[in-house]
Parts: sequence; structure tokens; C-alpha cells
Amino acid sequence: MRIAALVIKRLAWLLPTLAGLVAVVFFISRVIPADPAALLAGETASRAQIELMRQKLGLDRPVIVQLAEYYRALLSGDLGTSLFTTRPVWDDLSARLPATIELTVAAMIITVVLGIPLGVLAALYRNSWIDHLLRVLTVAGLAVASFWLALLLQLFFAMDLRWFPLQARITGFPPPPITGFYVIDAIAEGNLARLGNVLSHLTLPALTLAFPALATVVRFTRAGVLETLQRSFVTYQRAMGIPAGLIVWKYVLRNSLLSTVTQIGLLFAILLAGAVVIETVFQWPGIGAYAFEAILQSDYAAVMGFTVYAGIVFGIVNLMVDVGHAVLDPREAAA
Amino acid sequence: MKAARDLLRGLLRDPAAAAGLLIILLLVAVGILAPLIATHPEAVWDMNPRERLLPPSHVYLFGTDRMGADIYSRVLFGARITLTIALVAVGAALVIGVPIGLVSGWRQSWLGEALMRVSDIFLAVPQIVLAIAIAQTLGPSIENVILALSITYWPWFTRLVHAEVRSLKNETFIEAAIALGVPTWRIILGHVLPNVMSPIIVRTSIGMGFTILTASALGFLGLGAPPPAPEWGRMISESREFLPDAWWYALAPGLAIFLVVMGFNLLGDGLRDVLDPRIRRAGAGK
Repeated sequence: MRIAALVIKRLAWLLPTLAGLVAVVFFISRVIPADPAALLAGETASRAQIELMRQKLGLDRPVIVQLAEYYRALLSGDLGTSLFTTRPVWDDLSARLPATIELTVAAMIITVVLGIPLGVLAALYRNSWIDHLLRVLTVAGLAVASFWLALLLQLFFAMDLRWFPLQARITGFPPPPITGFYVIDAIAEGNLARLGNVLSHLTLPALTLAFPALATVVRFTRAGVLETLQRSFVTYQRAMGIPAGLIVWKYVLRNSLLSTVTQIGLLFAILLAGAVVIETVFQWPGIGAYAFEAILQSDYAAVMGFTVYAGIVFGIVNLMVDVGHAVLDPREAAA
Repeated sequence: MKAARDLLRGLLRDPAAAAGLLIILLLVAVGILAPLIATHPEAVWDMNPRERLLPPSHVYLFGTDRMGADIYSRVLFGARITLTIALVAVGAALVIGVPIGLVSGWRQSWLGEALMRVSDIFLAVPQIVLAIAIAQTLGPSIENVILALSITYWPWFTRLVHAEVRSLKNETFIEAAIALGVPTWRIILGHVLPNVMSPIIVRTSIGMGFTILTASALGFLGLGAPPPAPEWGRMISESREFLPDAWWYALAPGLAIFLVVMGFNLLGDGLRDVLDPRIRRAGAGK
């Protein structure tokens, strides 16, 4: 019940925000440009095509009516038609979403599995060489341009050492599509060679994507653990003779992780934003690379569609993070 | 003046913050002195096909690019672009975001509420996504990158100032000022604003680093300054065609971005420690 109420409350907040985002995108696409029809029809469009586009968009009508039309089209999943693929933008994006989610989740797993233990280590051995080393790494993680890191990794691990493939999601044929996630599909198929193939393609992009998020998690975990270590229950447990390892990895960690979990929404923002450039470098067929191709082709409807679509995905992910947080910490839902 | 001196002394005591400050001063110096310290200032914009894609040497410190231009000189001139974009975009975001945060945080009003909801909309997608849409509409140029980044960054300042002002409002000295009948604008400018300056300064420094990263990503995606402008992100993007042979091509511009962003982040962390002793290196920058 508690959770249901939270979901309804957050949805009630999410929908107007998304509607606002759509209005902003509408404003960017229809009001800022001098001739939106020409822009939407593409650089190579003929005069007749532009005129056709103008009629189709109803650009002669009042802006508010156009906005209403835009909302109505959106509700039926119509984000316009891509000039380049000539398919509906919504279908294009939906077909490519699994690739992006697979990459993002892989990066998320790397982030959490490496970041939390490293953060604890940094806190336990505060001001030791390991803490200093990790600080250098986290400072670097937040400062390095992800596309540059991607190129360096490609140069070193793919071109020079040839440990990992240079780009793409898979070599050869993809596994039989069940979920669209190659890792899951390959496991379902029971084809270990293909699973290895998929995982090796996933490694470099996921690592690149994870790097800045990893830095964030290490910093937050370190701060959280340091704060928890000062609390009286830790002193009490020490006095009771509970083994230090048990205190740290069970009691302290549980109490410090809440602030880290809160940051997962922020992490998704970092990851989703990173996906646009990283998918481009690794030729990863997700929605980020799609947006980049759309930019190159001046495929205007696709760029605008991507913005709205990213807003929807981002909003839903944040909603799920909030719900997950409420499940972990009942106090949160009450607030 | 004394406050500024204390701040500087505090920063210099922290080696990381001092390093950050040094990097930024260096960036500014490089931006100003680029024509003097560049080894081939004439070859930044010109084609020079015979000197194309040469590896680093004592003549071309970081090698040459596909046009035969000296990458070292281009990186130096690129500092001007980077600095301009970051300063103007973050400055504009400050000018838009801080007053909105002050107004909406001070008093519950429909206007303040509406402005906060608008800032929610801008935070509903990662900044770069909206910046891509705006830059794509306006066409590739430095001015449009600046515009796209300022339009999408102000909500961060609004959010920050809004929260700070709301908690300040309940402080005794503000209540006393209200009770004494001090005009609202004087309370806001004379008492509230100085007390929210610290978080604004910290956010500005970290925001500069973040904006430089986003701007370089826009450049990398082809939405920044059009060629042959020596924009760091675009230089890295150009290098991709020539890998792995021209391994040096992306090295210098990438290192430049890394150093500069790190400089602003380190300075931001240092400022946080000096200005706000309550939080010690807890939060990660964005």
C-alpha cells in the first residue's frame, strides 16, 4: 500500500514534468527555427517536399493548437518519421533500447561490484597509500572525457594487444531474439561460445561507461563508511568483541550504503549521458549511437524524438530507483 | 578583501586545491599567450599537406594532424575556445539560476513554484541530451554551444540556491531583520545572498569542469565550433579515422581536457573544504 501510494505520488509528479519536457522540445523544434518545415524535411528536400511537410505539420495554425497535436501524436507513440531510416522514430528507438540498457546495466554492475568494496577500503585505510591511490583514480574518473578514454582503451586493448574486439555488439550472427538482450539470449540459447563473444564485446564499452560512475560510488561509499564508523553502535560492538571484519562488512556497510543507493539515480544520469558518446565510439547499436547518426544526417525528427524518449526512459528509471529506495528504507516512504 | 585572502591561504594549504588553482591559472595564461608560445601559430588554421600526420618530434611536439597543422599549437589555441565556452556558459547559468533560486526560495508564491517546476523539466533529462537538441537546431557554432549549455545548466544553480535560502529563512538573524522591518530586497541582497555565496562558488568551480566536459562532448559529436577551429573535442573526433597509425593525434587534446577539468574539480573540492567545513569531500561533483 505504502509503495503503491509512493508510485502514484511520483507518477503524478513525473507526468507533468514529461509534458513540460515535450513542450520544451516542441519549442526548440518548432518555434526557434526560422523555417521548421525545411529543417524537418531535411537538407536535401525539394521545395514541394517542404511545402508538404508544412501542411502535414499544420504550421499555419496557432502554436498552441500545434502543441496539442504534438501531444496527441505522442500519446499514440508517434515521434515523427526518421528521414534516414524512413521508419517511425519511436520504433527505431524501441528496437535499439535493449542494446543501451544492456550496456548501462553492465556498467552499473561493474560500478557497484568494484566501487563499494573500494570505497570501504579507502575509508578503512584512510590516509594510507591505498586511500591516496583511490583518490587519484576518483579525481581522474570525474575529469577524463569518456570518448577520449574510450579511444585510449580501443587503441591499447583492441588495436595493440587485441584482447578485446574494437567495436560492435557481436561478431557474426546474434543469438535468437527472445529479450533483445544478447547476454540473456545467449544464455537462454545455451551457446557458450556466443556468450563469450557477446561478453568480450561488452567489456570495453561497459568499462569506459562505468569509470566516472565508479569514481562517484567510491567517493560516496568512503564518506558514508567514515561517517558510520564514528557512530556509537560501532564503538559498542567493538567493546563487545565482535570481530572487526563482521562489524565493517555487515553492520557498518549496511548503514552506510543508503546514501550510496540514493546516488543510483544520479549514476543513471551519468551513464545515460555517457551512452551517447560511448555508443558512438564503440559503434554500439543503441539509442545513443542512433542520436549521433541522426545529428550527422541532420535527421531532425530523430534528434527531437530521442530527447523525448530519453526523458521518458530517464523518468521511469528514477521512479524505479525511488521505489527501490523506499523498499530498502521504510522511513523514506513516510517522508 | 580579507575574506578573499583567507580563502586563498586556505586553498594554498591544501596541496590538491593549490594544484587545481595552478592548473587553471596556467590555462588562462596559455589562452592569453597562445600566439606567443605556439611553435607554429601560422599552421593552426592553414592546410599544409606535406606535413600531414607526422609523429611527435622536436619540430612538432605533439605531432601534426590530417591538415598538417601542429597539434601542440592547436591545443594552445583551443584553450581559448574552452575557456570562453566555460566562462560564458557558466556565467550565464549563474545570472539566470541564482536570482530564480533566491526568489523561489524566499517566499512560497505561484511564480516561485512555477519556476521550480520549470527547473525540474530541465533536470528531467541528462544535460547533454537537451544540449544536443538545442545545438542541433541552432547549427554548429561556438555561440550556439554556449547558448545550449547555459540554457541547460541554470537549474543546477536554482536548485542549490533554492534549498539554501529555504533553510536560511528560519535563522534567527533573518527573522530579526524581518521583524525590524528591513526591506525584503535588502534582506535578500545583504543577508541571504552573502550566506549562500559559498555553495555557489563551489558549484561554479565544479560546474566549469562539468561544462568543459559537456562542451567537448558536443564538439566530439560534431555540434561544436565548425572546423578548422581548434576545438579539443572535435580534434579527438577527427583522430578516429587515423587510428591506430596516428596514435598521437588524440593524445594532447584529451590530456588537455583531462587536466583542465581536473583543475576545476580539485579547486572545487578545496573550496568546499575551506568554505564549508560541515561537508568534507563527501559529495561527488556534477
